[in-house]
Formats: sequence, structure tokens, C-alpha cells
Amino acid sequence: MSRTIRIRKGANIRLKGRPSSSIVDAPKAAVYAVQPPDFTGVIPKLRVKEGDAVKAGSPLFFSKDNPSVLFTSPTSGVVKSVVRGEKRKILAVLIEANQRGEAESFATLDPKTADRTAILGAMLNSGLFAFVQQRPFAIAADPADHPRSIHISGFNSAPLAPEMSVVLEGRMADFQTGIYALGQLAGKQGVHIGVRSGDRLFADIKGAELTQFEGPHPTGNVGVQIHHAAPLNKGETLWTMHAEDVANLGVLLSQGSYQPTRVVGAGGSEHPKPQHMRTLVGSALSTLVAGHSDTENTRYISGDPLTGTDAGAAGYLGSLHHQVCLLPEGNQPKFLLTDGWLSPGLNKFSLSRSYPTWLMPKSKEFTMDTNSNGEERAFVVTGQYEPVFPFDIYPVQLIKSIMANDIDGMEKLGIYEVAPEDFALCEYACTSKIAVQKVVRDGLDMLKKELG
Amino acid sequence: MKALHNILDSIRPHFEEGGKLSKFWVVYDSLETFAFTPGHTNKNGVHVRDGVDLKRTMFLVILALVPALLFGTWNQGHQYLLSIGDISLADPWNHMIWDKLLIGAWKVLPLVVVSYGVGLGIEFLFAGMRNHSINEGFLVSGMLIPLIMPIDVPLWMVAVAVAFAVIIAKEVFGGTGMNILNVALTARAFLFFAYPKQLSGEIWIHEVATSKADGLLVDGYTGATALGHLASTVGKPMMDADVTTVMGMFQPGGMFSFSNAFLGLIPGSIGETSALAILIGAALLIWTGIGSWKVMSSFLAGGLVMAFLFNLMGMNAYMTLPPIHQVVMGGFMFGMVFMATDPVSASQTERGKWIYGFLGGFLSIMIRVFNPAYPEGVMMAILFMNVMAPLIDHYVIQGNVSKREKRATLAAELRATA
Repeated sequence: MSRTIRIRKGANIRLKGRPSSSIVDAPKAAVYAVQPPDFTGVIPKLRVKEGDAVKAGSPLFFSKDNPSVLFTSPTSGVVKSVVRGEKRKILAVLIEANQRGEAESFATLDPKTADRTAILGAMLNSGLFAFVQQRPFAIAADPADHPRSIHISGFNSAPLAPEMSVVLEGRMADFQTGIYALGQLAGKQGVHIGVRSGDRLFADIKGAELTQFEGPHPTGNVGVQIHHAAPLNKGETLWTMHAEDVANLGVLLSQGSYQPTRVVGAGGSEHPKPQHMRTLVGSALSTLVAGHSDTENTRYISGDPLTGTDAGAAGYLGSLHHQVCLLPEGNQPKFLLTDGWLSPGLNKFSLSRSYPTWLMPKSKEFTMDTNSNGEERAFVVTGQYEPVFPFDIYPVQLIKSIMANDIDGMEKLGIYEVAPEDFALCEYACTSKIAVQKVVRDGLDMLKKELG
Repeated sequence: MKALHNILDSIRPHFEEGGKLSKFWVVYDSLETFAFTPGHTNKNGVHVRDGVDLKRTMFLVILALVPALLFGTWNQGHQYLLSIGDISLADPWNHMIWDKLLIGAWKVLPLVVVSYGVGLGIEFLFAGMRNHSINEGFLVSGMLIPLIMPIDVPLWMVAVAVAFAVIIAKEVFGGTGMNILNVALTARAFLFFAYPKQLSGEIWIHEVATSKADGLLVDGYTGATALGHLASTVGKPMMDADVTTVMGMFQPGGMFSFSNAFLGLIPGSIGETSALAILIGAALLIWTGIGSWKVMSSFLAGGLVMAFLFNLMGMNAYMTLPPIHQVVMGGFMFGMVFMATDPVSASQTERGKWIYGFLGGFLSIMIRVFNPAYPEGVMMAILFMNVMAPLIDHYVIQGNVSKREKRATLAAELRATA
């Protein structure tokens, strides 16, 4: 019997438009994108140019610092264009799909007998290694590292998140193959899966240590699970991977092809039909919104509403994202008495108790727009981050040490253990509207640079 | 409300860069954002944000101050009429209620106006200089300051105190959120030390000196507060006639009986007298989660423990006062609910809040009894704890840091031996 860890801190943001448990195949996208900014810490070097023909698994670019880490095309077609931003930074490589389903073929491997080098090689060549992240720093993993352990979260807790049982439906054999493979890569502490307590989905999985977790968001964040099950110490490195990518790894090893499947939770109050949709990494978002057309007043989010990116109606599903959310834009001023700061606020969800909505039944869901509901201020209110931050770390003090560029302070206060996403709820709850996740990202980057 | 927003939009160009009134941009900006939460959307982070903002938070604190303000206004009139014998202690509370409110408001309103006028004026000045928008912090400080003033304090003194507090205690540190000391208490402390004669002694009832000169003052009314009377007993034997007279006022039926002190029917600073009105405010602060219940409850516990220890010592009459009576007098309750809980100057760690609150309450009663020159020990105690709060936090955080370091060392040793 695995042990159960009960987490009390955190909060569920009760957004309207949760995906129903039904699942459909999304229409095939005409254009796919692989976006280098999705892979934090990677400086891309192109391997293709406009007009090149590619197959699923053909490399598009590689990482400048780790040339063996390839980023590959999710489908077959031709390179439509390379989108560049300021200073010619590569923002996306667009693939015009030919819908022929051609794929590069990779060797099949039996993960139980294959050695570390072979498995790592297969992951690197196919582009699957790009989906491995590391802690500390919450960046793309370095294949030269020997991680002490590999961690996988077995459930999502973010608002509007897809259900893992739907995501992995019919894929448990592939998932098991992937776990065996990761077992060859992980160090002495092996592979860990954080499971929602009472969930039987992973009960038969071998080759991994299961820990049960109970509690509100962000309990599903792998960082929270690591902190409570096997905390990361200074000088250690570990890897994390999303469960769906573990199943994709299983497919790679057993079938020899790169099939970056995504079952996304498509939802949000503006989504016409919130449900699970099966698609591929990098699909155009337009295929996942069930014909939603009011693009002017709607925010198209790739990822969850707390950590995702504002992709725009013409955007694409981010490589590490598993959700698409449509929320109303909040770009209209709010009059103080009707829906501003002096209003009764019967429709304002708040983790503070300054609006009466906290008295409403827990089942009530709210429509929230993207308005910041106030202006940015210095830190004033205290005791607001701690109740939604399930780490034995002082969040405000850590943030302040980052703002003060105090490298030594950040190290001591535990920055090694956290990722920006772990602070998403703090940012949500912040009365002073501070951009907490960005501060944490800056802090991690600063520390990485300092350590060289 | 589209119409109002259109008007604001139409005058906006005058205040923008290059407009005739661009110097007053801060004024325009603060008015606009007061009326309308701007249509700013979230970028590069969370896409949805909590409904609460600093304006809402500060507004709720002001709402929590309203019972103390209303009661204080009434009580100042009540005390005046009592002191000149127009009413008796046995009169019902609503006898001459309009006279009481009017007399109170006549003095209290100008104080509020001066406090806000001077404070906000300075805030606008600094915001303009620094080119940032007005912070909401002073909305609360501006209401707290009149509530901790004696009724007859000259308005110019309040103006000077507010200016000192806002500039020295807050703006030089960088404005709201950056201050070390509580702004309102700094204003009070400034007056206390700069104009000791005007702020101590017998000025706590409206026009008490004039009434005395006119021979109107009823026996027993000196214009001193409960703490002032008690301070006069220190150093005298317990059986001294003066002492027994004073202590008699604290017995049931006396002027400063527990019930009078709890309800607030005693002389004192405008907002501090009624424990009941303050506790109503406290209930709102705790209910909405804005005031820290940890600070409040540990502050109360600290005060009760110190008073109980004094009971055990019993070296003078002051020490024998029951703990529950001690904490409803003077500024203890007001300090506990509205001053100690100021999140900027209090301890910022949850564990630190327990320590900070307890020591604050403990020291309040200690200073009050040990040093009769400072009858208002609460002010000194909270300011002292404001200074100590970063130290408390430092040790609380250090505990967390060394725990993490120990874990890392242990892990490193394990790796080395393996």
C-alpha cells in the first residue's frame, strides 16, 4: 500500500466551463507549430528552412547548448514559415500538414532490456526528450545529467484541467512501457508517480513508486508532490515528465514512431462545448474551440488559466500544454458601485473573504474575465500567499529576495524546489496584483546564470 | 455609467503628457481609478485574478472603524454634558442624543477633514514627484489619526503631526507598504513627545478647562482618563485616601466601572473608549479575513497574562485591577484591533504574528503600569514591536532556512557514502 499525503493548503478556482468527460477527435489542423519559447532555457538553432518537406519526427531545430536535443515535427508536411520576433528570435516553426501521416521510423526497443544510452538516444532522436523538464530551475532537461529520480504527476488539479483517466484511456500499456524506460534513466531514487488518493488508474503500474495525494490545487503540480514525497536538495537534479508524454514514449519504443498525442481539456466559460479533445502537439487552436467565433472579446489560452499563454485566436497549442481555455476579455473599465471595488460583488470569486461569494455553496462556478481587478501596488497585505502555497517555504520572503537580486537569500529560502507554476495561486490571490510567476522565473534565470 | 466614463475620457487629454493640466495627472488618475477599476487585463502570468484589490481591502478597514467613529462622536458629547451636569450617569443613552452627536461632530469632523486633507495632499505631492499612482494606504491612516486624538487637540497640531508621520514614517521609506512604523501611531507619538503638555493630563473632555473656570464642572470630573487617574495612584500606599477614592471609581457603579469602560462611557481619545464598538469592527475584520486574528488574539492574551502577573505581585493599587478590566481601558483594544494588525508594520510570517502580538499586549500593560509618565503604554508597545517585527521574522525564517540546510547536508552525506 502506498502512503497517502494530505495537503491542506491550496485552493480550487471555481471557473465555469469545465470539460465534460466525453472525448472526441478534434478536426485535423491545416497548420501545426513548434514554438521554441515553450521550452524554457532552450536557444533554438534551425535545421530546416521554408519549403522543406518533413515527416512526423523530423527535426526542425535543436538546442544550442545541447545539440543532441532535437525538436521535431508533430506531423508530415512542409515547413510553411519560420516566425521571428524581436532581434530575430525564433517564435515558431509552422508546418503545413499534408495529412498523409508519413513518419520517420525509429528502432523499437524493449525498455526492460535496453540500456540507458539506447533509450536516451531514441528519446533524443525522436524529439521526445524535449518533453522532459528538470528541477532545479524548471527548464528543459539536460541529457548529460543523471537525475536522482524522475517524477510524474498522475492527476491534474488546475482549473478546467482534463481528467487523467480520460487522457490515458486505453493507453495504460504504453504508459507502462514508458515507465520502464524512465526507470533505466533515473538514478537510485527511481521513478515516482503522484496519484490522487483513491484513484485506481495507476494501481497496476510496475517500476514506479506510487504516493497518494489528497488536497486542492496545486496538489496536482509535480513540484508540490516532489516537495512532500522526496524534497529536492541543493546539488541534486531530478527530471519531471507529463503522464501523457510517458505514454507517448511507450508508443515510440513499441511502435518506432513519434506520435505526440494530446488529449486536451477544452473549456472555459466562452467555450461552446467544453469537453476532452484528442489532437496532436502544436495543433492550431481553431480546431479545438468548436467553432467559437467572437475572437475580439475572448482570450484564447493555451494551457491552464493560471499558467498558460495568451495564444490568440490564430495561435497554436503549446508543446507542454494540455488545455485550451476560452475566457472573456476584461478590457472594459468597471464602475465602482456596479462591479468595481465598492460593489456587493455577488459574482466575484475571491479567495479572500472580502466579497460575500465565500458564503456560497462550493459547487457554484463563476465566470471570470481577464481583468486584473485592480492596479499593481507594493506588498501590503500579508498572510495571503501562505494558505495557497503548500511548500515549507516562505513565499513572500522568497519573492522579495528575488526582487532584491539577493542570490544567497533565494538559495537559502528554497528557490531550488520551486517552479513559477507553483506560485500561480499566489499570483491569483495577490491583493497587490504582483506578477509573482514572472518574478520567480527571473529569479531562476538569475540563479542559473550566476551558477554558470 | 457609460456617461460618466465618457466625461472622464473627454477631459483626459488635458491631464496627459503635453496637456494644460499634465501636472495634475495624479489627481485625475486617482479619481478615475477610484470611480472605475481600469480595464487592465492580465499579461504574462495568470489570466484570471482574484476580485479583491487594495481599495476593497482599505474600504473594509474603514467600514470596521465606523462603529468606533460613531460611538466616539456620541461619547464626546456625552462626556461633555456629563461634565457640566446637564445629564447624569443614570440617564438613558438616547437622552439628548442629537445634542451629544452634534457636540461630538462639531469637534470630530474638522479633525477628520484636516487629517485627510493634509495627508492626502502630501501623498499627491509625492506621487506626482515619483510619477506613480496614489496608494490607498492613507485612506485608513487618515481615519485612524483623528480617532486616537483627544477631542480638544488644536487642528494645527494635528496637521503638523500628520505631515510628520506621512513624510518621515512613510514617504522617506518609499510609500505605502515600505514603512517600518505604523503611520497613525507615529503621528500620535510625535504629538506626545513634541507637545507633551497639550497631550497629557486633563484635556480628554471637551472644554473641561473652560467649564472649570466658569464653575460648571461637576465634582469628580477633571478631564483625566481612567489611566490618568490610575497613574496618580502609583507610588502611594494602597490605603491612602486619594488612592481609595480613585480605586472606588473602578468599582461597579463608579465612573470607570467595568461596564462603563467596556461600553465606552468614559473620557478618552475619540475612538478608543468603547471596547464594544471596537470589537464590532474586529468581528468584521476577522470575518473578512483582513485583520489577523492571530495578532489580535495573541495581543489580548499577552495583555491578560501581564495583568494577571501584576495581580499576583499586587505591589500597588494599579496592579490589583482585574486583567479583564485592564484590557478594556485606554487604547488597548483600539491598538490591538486596528494598530497592531497593520500588515505592513507587523510581523509578516504567520508564526511571527503570534510572538509579535503576544509581546505587544504584554508590553502594553507593563509600560502602562510601570511607567505612569506614559499612561498610554499601548502606543509605545506597538511602535516598539513594529521595530522588533523584522527581527522576529528573521529568526522565524532562519529556522526554516536551517531546516532546509540540514536536510541538504544529510542528503549530501548519503550521496557521498553511497
